[in-house]
Amino acid sequence: MTHIEKFSYDNKIVRDFGIATVIWGIVGMLIGLLAAIQLYEPAANLGNPYTTFGRIRPLHTNAVIFAFVGNAIFMGIYYSLQRLCKARMFSDLLSKLHFWGWQLIIVAAAITLPLGMTSSHEYAELEWPIDIAITLIWVIFGWNMFGTILRRREKHLYVAIWFYIATFVTVAVLHLVNSFQLPISLFKSYYWYSGVQDALVQWWYGHNAVAFFLTTPFLGLMYYYLPKAANRPVYSYKLSILHFWTLIFIYIWAGPHHLLYSSLPNWAQSLGTAFSIMLIAPSWGGMINGLLTLRGAWDRVREDAILKFFVVAVTAYGMATLEGPLLSLKNVNAIAHFTDWIVAHVHVGALGWNGLMTFAMLYWLAPKIYNTKLYSMKLANTHFWLATLGIAFYAIPMYWSGWQQGQMWKDFGPDGYLVYPEFIKTTMSILPMHVMRSIGGTIYLTGVFVMAYNLYKTVKSGRLVANEAAEAAPLLNNENHGKEYWHRIIERKPTLMLVLSLIVIMIGGAVEMVPTFLIKSNVPTIAAVKPYTPLELEGRDLYIKEGCVGCHSQTVRPFRSETERYGEYSKAGEFVYDHPFLWGSKRTGPDLAREGTAKLFKQDSWHYYHLVKPSEMTQGSIMPPYPWLTTNTLNTSQTVSKIKAMRTLGVPYPKDYEKQALSDLKKQAEKIAANLKKEGVRNKDKSEVSPDVEVIALIAYLQRLGTDISKSETTNP
Amino acid sequence: MFKQFISGVEGMDQYLIFSMIVFLVFFAGVLIYVVRMTKEEIDILSNIPLNDKETDSHE
Ligand code: HEC
Repeated sequence: MTHIEKFSYDNKIVRDFGIATVIWGIVGMLIGLLAAIQLYEPAANLGNPYTTFGRIRPLHTNAVIFAFVGNAIFMGIYYSLQRLCKARMFSDLLSKLHFWGWQLIIVAAAITLPLGMTSSHEYAELEWPIDIAITLIWVIFGWNMFGTILRRREKHLYVAIWFYIATFVTVAVLHLVNSFQLPISLFKSYYWYSGVQDALVQWWYGHNAVAFFLTTPFLGLMYYYLPKAANRPVYSYKLSILHFWTLIFIYIWAGPHHLLYSSLPNWAQSLGTAFSIMLIAPSWGGMINGLLTLRGAWDRVREDAILKFFVVAVTAYGMATLEGPLLSLKNVNAIAHFTDWIVAHVHVGALGWNGLMTFAMLYWLAPKIYNTKLYSMKLANTHFWLATLGIAFYAIPMYWSGWQQGQMWKDFGPDGYLVYPEFIKTTMSILPMHVMRSIGGTIYLTGVFVMAYNLYKTVKSGRLVANEAAEAAPLLNNENHGKEYWHRIIERKPTLMLVLSLIVIMIGGAVEMVPTFLIKSNVPTIAAVKPYTPLELEGRDLYIKEGCVGCHSQTVRPFRSETERYGEYSKAGEFVYDHPFLWGSKRTGPDLAREGTAKLFKQDSWHYYHLVKPSEMTQGSIMPPYPWLTTNTLNTSQTVSKIKAMRTLGVPYPKDYEKQALSDLKKQAEKIAANLKKEGVRNKDKSEVSPDVEVIALIAYLQRLGTDISKSETTNP
Repeated sequence: MFKQFISGVEGMDQYLIFSMIVFLVFFAGVLIYVVRMTKEEIDILSNIPLNDKETDSHE
């Protein structure tokens, strides 16, 4: 026998990530609660730009996904990886850099998003310098993880590590591909892709961020912590292997199910649907494997809050992954998309799966690394019930609201006209559900506070075992490699594993994206579609800055209920100059793709008054007021570089147009200001509206929307 | 139900067929991999998390 090596596990880093998880969890959920209240009480926007819905909605999603769940992932991985490898983390310095770097990125997000610095891509809103920082920190994480794996004292790579590796590789690829941006200034950039292609890349990213940030790492964690907490091995290891490979293979294809009925080419939509349906199999394989691990331990589940959290978390995973494929069926999607149904769906996943898994890990880990006992199992049980009740009070009203509003949008009377042509009626009908949802969120959050107290007391009763002593025999390299099967080799070779995962996830991405990018006929051009004027371009950037895209879609689906309400359905060729695309994913307000056309036409003054105080123009509106747009001077210092950047990206502004851009901008602004004057609009102090305030640019943009295509027919099919 | 993903694919069905074939080949590979694992291997592998010699479980 060989000698036994003594070493120690780093528990301090686990503790640090754990504290960050709890703190950011509370912050992220509080912001979510504020946003939820704003959706029935616009005064909760607090009357300043920084806390309006459009800006804090991305703050909430980023905080919850990358700060709360992100830190929970790292906490869980840093503890389990060391034990599964029987080795300390590769480098304490890298661990520290990873921890502090990640927290710094979160702080940068918490500052820049309220300031309106956003790329507008959902779950990838952070501007390019932060994107670069994320890349660096991610590399540090991967380096530290691989270093540990390569130095391991355990021959085999347990399946949890496979999930960690796939997470690392795929998130890296997703982040890189979705971050192709042309910087204009330190905190402003345009996406390289435009229109349909940008949409495809974004939802390939968005969908797989859910898959490889919220799912695969947590499945890896499930395969470690659930057996640990139940004190028995996973139900079927074979199933876990099948689960792993099929899940990562299939997931990557399913992104286009976010773009059903949009102008994305049909074959790509169909691929998305087909693979989404197939996803049920591996997802449920994983859920069943998790639940059956507890077979024979059900008596313990009754007393042990930690196991309860696991059971409901894994069940929520099963619900969400059954619902997801159903939502990808075109006929279900037609009703659910753009409504609160989707909000319910993601929260079953986020609150149920990610939230409860995280709580279970925290309750299990804290006593372990502090060498003590959980302060109160009773409080943990209370938390469990608050969390479960909170989810129910959140999700049920949202399902109801989504269904109801979806039906109202489509409701035709016997006379053949829409029953609710005024969008606001459909909004008003769901406000009670929005109130209930915020109560559900409050209950859930209360549970988190109970947990924070319980963990605090636990920690106080023990002492951190910063370096936990361990011993194991080193790995020998001279074993008989000769007659091994190929699958055994995979189990031992982490680098091979990484390369294989990479290949597997690249196949799906490539088949979907390469044709959309290479085959020109996939995006038929429309001659009448022209680049935005400089003023409209600035208005569009304000639309992005204010996060209007969080409430308004810009894509009309080919249904009669939508063409009646909004006008002609959207064509791929209309978006060719849209860097980035702004199709949106939620219709809290009406679609704006055709806002400027005759059918929906409103005077400049209407838009002016509406933006200053929406409820004055539309009674009961829950859209936030934007009074600052009428006093802020439009910043035109970057207009010239924006025009140049757009030209670099392929938008056909004539040669040297940038020299004329500012005078064109001024002319158009003066025209709108003159209109406002003619229509009787005055500032509060009775002075005339100046042509150089922000609202002028935004009105120019809104009045432009959809007008190209109403001028002429599509050329190329 | 299947019709709805095939319809509207016009001429682009090669993508769907190609991707399904790729998946089936891949799936067959993984299946063979799993079937060929022996009971002993499975036991060793699935017990890795439980073998880290600590004072176990939290009761
Ligand atoms: C909290 C969600 C929300 C946000 C954010 C939001 N809106 Fe709205 N918007 C609504 C709702 C709800 C309506 C429908 C009621 C109404 O007319 O005010 C609406 C209506 C509109 C309309 C009238 C559309 C029509 O044809 O009736 C326009 C134009 C509009 N919004 C523009 C904007 C712009 C520009 C921004 C960003 C500066 C924005 N909205 C941000 C919710 C929102």
